Amino acid sequence: MTETMPVVPYDGAVARYDPVFGLETHVELGTVTKMFCGSPAGFGAEPNAAVCPVCLGLPGSLPVINRAAIEYTIRIGLALNCSIASWCRFARKNYFYPDMPKNYQISQYDEPLCTDGWLDITVAGADFRIGIERVHLEEDTGKSLHVGGATGRIHGADYSLVDYNRAGIPLVEVVTKPVPGTGALAPVVARAYVTELREVLRALDVSDVRMEEGSLRCDVNTSLAPRGSGTWGTRTETKNVNSLRSVERAVQSEIERQAAVLDAGRRVVLETRHYHEETGQTTPGRSKEEAQDYRYFPEPDLVPVAPSAEWVERLRATLPELPSARRSRLQAVWGLSDLDMTALGNAGALDLVAGTVAAGAAPADARKWWLGELSRHANESGTELTALPVTPAQVARIAELVASGSLNDRLARQVLDGVLAGQGSPDEIVAARGLAVVSDEGTLLAAVDAAIAANQEVAAKVLDGKIAAAGALVGAVMEATRGQADAARVRELILQRLAQP
Amino acid sequence: MSGELTGLTAAAIAASVAAGDVSAVEVTTAHLDRIEAVDASVHAFLHVAADGALRAARAVDDQRAAGRPLGPLAGVPLALKDVFTTIDMPTTCGSRILAGWQPPYDATITKRLRRAGIVILGKTNMDEFAMGSSTENSAFGPSRNPWDLSRVPGGSSGGSAAAVAAFEAPLAIGTDTGGSIRQPGAVCGIVGVKPTYGGSSRYGVVAFASSLDTPGPLARTVLDAALLHEAMSGHDPCDSTSLDAPVPPVVAAARQADVAGLRIGVVTELSGAGYQPGVLARFSEAVELLESLGAKVGEVSCPHFSYALPAYYLIAPSECSSNLARFDAMRYGLRVGDDGTHSAEEVMSLTRAAGFGAEVKRRIMLGTYALSSGYYDAYYGKAQQVRTLITRDFDAAFEQADVLVSPATPTTAFPIGERADDPMAMYLADLCTIPSDLAGNAAISVPCGLAAEDGLPVGLQIMAPVLADDRMYRVGAAVEAALDQRRGHPLLDEANGLGAAGPGREAGR
Repeated sequence: MTETMPVVPYDGAVARYDPVFGLETHVELGTVTKMFCGSPAGFGAEPNAAVCPVCLGLPGSLPVINRAAIEYTIRIGLALNCSIASWCRFARKNYFYPDMPKNYQISQYDEPLCTDGWLDITVAGADFRIGIERVHLEEDTGKSLHVGGATGRIHGADYSLVDYNRAGIPLVEVVTKPVPGTGALAPVVARAYVTELREVLRALDVSDVRMEEGSLRCDVNTSLAPRGSGTWGTRTETKNVNSLRSVERAVQSEIERQAAVLDAGRRVVLETRHYHEETGQTTPGRSKEEAQDYRYFPEPDLVPVAPSAEWVERLRATLPELPSARRSRLQAVWGLSDLDMTALGNAGALDLVAGTVAAGAAPADARKWWLGELSRHANESGTELTALPVTPAQVARIAELVASGSLNDRLARQVLDGVLAGQGSPDEIVAARGLAVVSDEGTLLAAVDAAIAANQEVAAKVLDGKIAAAGALVGAVMEATRGQADAARVRELILQRLAQP
Repeated sequence: MSGELTGLTAAAIAASVAAGDVSAVEVTTAHLDRIEAVDASVHAFLHVAADGALRAARAVDDQRAAGRPLGPLAGVPLALKDVFTTIDMPTTCGSRILAGWQPPYDATITKRLRRAGIVILGKTNMDEFAMGSSTENSAFGPSRNPWDLSRVPGGSSGGSAAAVAAFEAPLAIGTDTGGSIRQPGAVCGIVGVKPTYGGSSRYGVVAFASSLDTPGPLARTVLDAALLHEAMSGHDPCDSTSLDAPVPPVVAAARQADVAGLRIGVVTELSGAGYQPGVLARFSEAVELLESLGAKVGEVSCPHFSYALPAYYLIAPSECSSNLARFDAMRYGLRVGDDGTHSAEEVMSLTRAAGFGAEVKRRIMLGTYALSSGYYDAYYGKAQQVRTLITRDFDAAFEQADVLVSPATPTTAFPIGERADDPMAMYLADLCTIPSDLAGNAAISVPCGLAAEDGLPVGLQIMAPVLADDRMYRVGAAVEAALDQRRGHPLLDEANGLGAAGPGREAGR
């Protein structure tokens, strides 16, 4: 089915065309109950267990607005510098699909709760202000599983299963204004925007923002216009872009594809395209030129939402320090470089480092552990840093043991492995395995002497002034002490011994 | 004995049960017997829940025996329109698409009835999804007017009205979207009430047009209607459009039954051409009667009422086109074409084609069109503006008058089949009732005699401002008392559609 798309190499594409992109980000809110009923909104229930007459759309049932969802949305709007509507309504978006219990979705149409804001981001040292068109609230649909057939889509499937647990979970849609003027950086800026938005949502504690679980999902709009023309081209909307990396790749691949279309003198079709995680390519979906008519009208089962100024101000007062401000503050306190801070942000390690520093570690040590050894573990096991079974306090303790000289780096890594393997706290593992730097000078000297005695030739070279040869002796001592010695101290002792007349 | 019991008012039954003169089981049995005897002719019920009704009655008797206090309508039987969800009875809305559907939950009003010790006898027939004015749009055959079995009982709550008029139940509940309680009430010679919109809960009422649907009582007397109005009404947190306000003191008002000093406005636009002479004659007499009882009567003009019907036929179908989208064979109800050869979309389409009747399809198509991009402003949007103008007409009229009056319907009950193929003629049956649905204010239809030319009942409509429902009960009860006194007996005593099957009506009045 997947057609092979002619593409233009990226550098060539952005040399001849100016990209404009925009993002629609759907965020499942972490409220306790659903948008319009009392069914639980969390993940993990048996299929079709977290449902009730309302979210199943049973005849006669009626929606009641979840106040917490409104508050979450207003807080998101405030964090994104939006105006909060003093009066707005929900609307019905009508279309038939088996995972839509009512065959309409309660959403917001021309009266969103929040409008006209912005989010500032920094990419490669350059600042970009991403305009926010609107933030509105709606209900999620159920989830279809199409069984059989090649595409995993409803067409060609043998049968489909629908899970309505997700139906009615509050969903916030954050829509950017079109973002022009980012040139070749467009894919990276798009990614940085979603990354920053995710940080903001995480700081607000309104969603678990897990892209892989679908609690944060992106649609990416992309268009191209001839370089310097100042016009905007026809856009496409790429759906199912569900990782940060995919956001970047989706924008890039659309730029490459559209450039090829335009180069060939054809026109870009206004359409929905599907993003394929495996290939990083998009394939055409529904054409928007024969647009579906959703027959929006104000939801007559609900009364208007009219947040008072006092309510909005009360919510504003609950806003936490936002990520950009927090990053600036922490960077100043920690004395880390821009590069370090970006790396921490990308790895989602900022809170972990902050926690580790709060538990007593030096900022540089905390950074080193989380971006180094722990990132390697996370990559290997395919999990996020936050999902590793180690706490910032434990990392801080390991760093402390190193700083005090009780452990060297190699031993510290062994302790960390033990913690990750669930064998206990750092101190318990040190005690259980007898892992400690041999600091008894007598023991060390004996080991040094033994090493010199066993390696006379090497010792002779050192005595001849070939200091570099001492490394082999250090190695022998470390081996003899099963690594539990401070290598630097061992080296000192060797040199002292061999310097003696 | 049983004939006497079915002839009693709800108030009288409740008093007798509370006093121990009769048991709720005896009352219920008498009504079940009556249903057994006459419903083959009337076809008011789609489902009779004899066991459940007797169980509920027994519970009331037990409660009394245990010395626990009884509610004001405990032990009184009631017929429930088949649009309310009931956990122990099917809910079909008169549609094939929901045939046999057993809801997993009770409507708020169903719950309140049960809690009040009211005995639900069963579910009554209706025009499919409450769309119609005759019950001829029921997928399960029409109900018949107890005054003349060849005529319609009105609709859409025609089964509920017929059940009360045929003494199968002293009380019934219907829903009014464009007149679906008042119009059948009027043409069956009983009292029908559309409370203020939001005064009675819609939770568990299968929606036709959400911004209009209003559950309300049907009864043979104004006081009975008021008692049921109080029992079923009040704020419901499960219905966002439910008003968080005290229920107006309708029972006290019905007992007060006095119009001295009240300003009564006769709506100029709701009379004249197209109205049956006998209807206008009875209406004029009722107005004169009110004047003789001390009311100050004057004419008021509501110039935009003439646009009410077209506005209604854009707003109601628009909402219904969306509300009825959920009937798609995926989760409940009828499923057609699920034989492995059809896609989900085709199954939806086949099911809806087979499951909905012609009138429902007509309105879904009307509404789909009216909401379409490019037409929305001209149709749905414009209709909403008309709605605002009509509301303003009411506001202005209620400056001049405490209540407004008009005939409840332009004509008396029409013969079955007469308008079945002429939707426009059918729609005119709701000409007088639609304005109050659009504005959301309260209105009642009270019998005011028989039209000379056909001997069929005529209803007087009394309209009151939002949340002033009590006012129309005051007026309605006064008219009822004066007319009963003048006539020497209740109007329903003259109903002869059921011939010798009439109950002993003198008892308990």
